[in-house]
Amino acid sequence: MARTLISAPKTAKAGEVMEIKVLIAHPMETGFRPGPNGQILPRDIITRFACTYDGEEVFAADLSPAMAANPFLTFTTVATRSGTLTFSWEGDNGFAQTETADLTVSA
Amino acid sequence: MTPFEPAGTRRDVLHLGLALVAAPLALAARSTSAVATPDAMAGAIRTFLGGAQAQTGRIKLDLPPLVENGNSVPLTVTVESPMTLGEHVRRIAVFNEKNPQPSVATFHLTPRSGRANVTTRIRLADSQKIVAIAELSDGTFWSAQADVIVTLAACIES
Repeated sequence: MARTLISAPKTAKAGEVMEIKVLIAHPMETGFRPGPNGQILPRDIITRFACTYDGEEVFAADLSPAMAANPFLTFTTVATRSGTLTFSWEGDNGFAQTETADLTVSA
Repeated sequence: MTPFEPAGTRRDVLHLGLALVAAPLALAARSTSAVATPDAMAGAIRTFLGGAQAQTGRIKLDLPPLVENGNSVPLTVTVESPMTLGEHVRRIAVFNEKNPQPSVATFHLTPRSGRANVTTRIRLADSQKIVAIAELSDGTFWSAQADVIVTLAACIES
């Protein structure tokens, strides 16, 4: 399991646009870089990130080797009702990780 | 041909000169083969546009003009859009000119995104032009570009 850092508000007013920041510890090996023995290191990156709000996808990103190591993303979503935000990352070599954050929305 | 000039000398010298010029060219061609060219970027953009034309404006691409370390370059894309069901940004794609591959990232947005504003960190292998294109729900495409100077490149070096 890779370490993740998620900055999402715990409470919000309905209709408010919330800023969410997510970071995951991952080397994002490009597949173009020689290793210590001179051989090209095989590609190992995260290819997709998605954020779902109560099961509905509100933001997603397709990533490439041109993303910096420990991919960091900032995006926004509208607070509609209390629920769960699910953050999932998928990548090479069967990498998959899911984190959740609970959100309480007041009227 | 005079008896004082041995046959073929001038031709040999010419050939030698050509070989000297051609060898570094061939080497240069090999070393750049793993690098996306402006043509590759244009191809990737054409695939993303799918036949449509991108207009300039509505989208803002924020990058520092001078970057010390290409391994982590902050990038912000903002699109002017009310982000309603009827009018919102569907996708934002970021392309580069000189990394090994022309595509950087594609962001998928929905009306529930609230604002079309995405920040991330990217890698840049060289000083180059970055292009961001947004696809709106009405099928129009808007583009913006930024030039970045990189002093320490990413991707290629270990």
